[in-house]
Amino acid sequence: MFDDRSPIYLQIADQIKNDIVTGALAEDEQVMSTNQYAAFYRINPATAAKGFAQLVDEGVLYKKRGIGMFVSPKARELLRTGRRESFFAEVVDPMIREAKAIGVPLTEIVQHLEKDGEQ
Amino acid sequence: MSGLGVRTENLSVRFGGVPALDGLDLRLAPDKIHGLLGRNGSGKSTLAAVLAGFRRPDDGRVLIDGMVPFENAVVTSRVCLIRESGDLVDSAPVKHVLGLASGLRPYWNDDLAGELLDKFEVPTKKRVQKLSRGKKSALGVVLGIASRAPLTIFDESYLGMDVPSRNLFYDALLADYTEVPRTIVLSTHLVSEVSALLEEVVILDNGRLVTQSPVDSLRGRGASIVGPAAAVDELTADLAVLAEQRLGGTKSTTVLGDLDGALLAKARSAGLEIGPVGLQELFVHLTGTTHVKESSR
Repeated sequence: MFDDRSPIYLQIADQIKNDIVTGALAEDEQVMSTNQYAAFYRINPATAAKGFAQLVDEGVLYKKRGIGMFVSPKARELLRTGRRESFFAEVVDPMIREAKAIGVPLTEIVQHLEKDGEQ
Repeated sequence: MSGLGVRTENLSVRFGGVPALDGLDLRLAPDKIHGLLGRNGSGKSTLAAVLAGFRRPDDGRVLIDGMVPFENAVVTSRVCLIRESGDLVDSAPVKHVLGLASGLRPYWNDDLAGELLDKFEVPTKKRVQKLSRGKKSALGVVLGIASRAPLTIFDESYLGMDVPSRNLFYDALLADYTEVPRTIVLSTHLVSEVSALLEEVVILDNGRLVTQSPVDSLRGRGASIVGPAAAVDELTADLAVLAEQRLGGTKSTTVLGDLDGALLAKARSAGLEIGPVGLQELFVHLTGTTHVKESSR
């Protein structure tokens, strides 16, 4: 589930952000408590709490005293905007580099996108 | 009840003149799960025994909540050390062992012990010596968890258990720790298996402290830099080098520390590859002798 190559609290935060972006977690939906989360993934509760605290700091989650943590109403839009900004640098550019290295012409990529992208 | 804090000052223990612990200065914060990591013979078990008051230091001292544990009943009743050997009365039936623990441990929880014995399928009517190695280890961890001692130390006590039983142990420990927070020390060399359970780690080597740190900040602190030997050497000249490996003109150097943006940019422009180093690998480098491996051609 988690790997040992980067802090687990960041991996937890990324995973929850991913669930929000894909819609698996809806806005204003309650998320697992840190203790439930820690037990489910077999990790230290303090590590889980740090991941959740990070998301509260970033405005992705909000707390209701005595009840738990919930997805912020604007979280999905906020995260999608952030990811859109890095989409070309992180997803498209490496693909172009790879295409050039192995000799796939860009026109072929455009064709592929036009044919399959609309489905 | 709250967990006990631990402090050692210049702690030294020698066996026949050979140091097992060598001037150890350490602090374990209360109510956290600490990992005590080190290779075989690094001093983990000796440290555990001194913390529990099983033996007296030759030099320096150990303070548990400000008190010396050796021959101090106030402290030792609140410190529970579970070793792989079990320290159990072999000829007694399991239920007598439980009765003894409930008499000695002020925070003992009988219901929890029963529930855990069921989970681990430890037969309570059998004598301890008739149990398999796995069931004996399971009995040990049940005693450790159900004691709810403010300082509980598991010294490789779960090595005899198979993977499903170890997972049961990790789940039971986390669940009960969440319910009743206390100071827990897990001594082990199975770094990758337990690291996610920990909040802090202490790494020992040859009886000395290598590092003490929150475990999550050690993740991603190592990096491996791979490329032409001269370029790698130039980039890593001022870094803490943990290991080096060569294959012909290519060199891989493992370094410790957070690499800043300028250094990363320099590495990229020199065509060097930079990769993260996992915790287990970092542990191996931190506790091994640094040497350059030269591959023959």
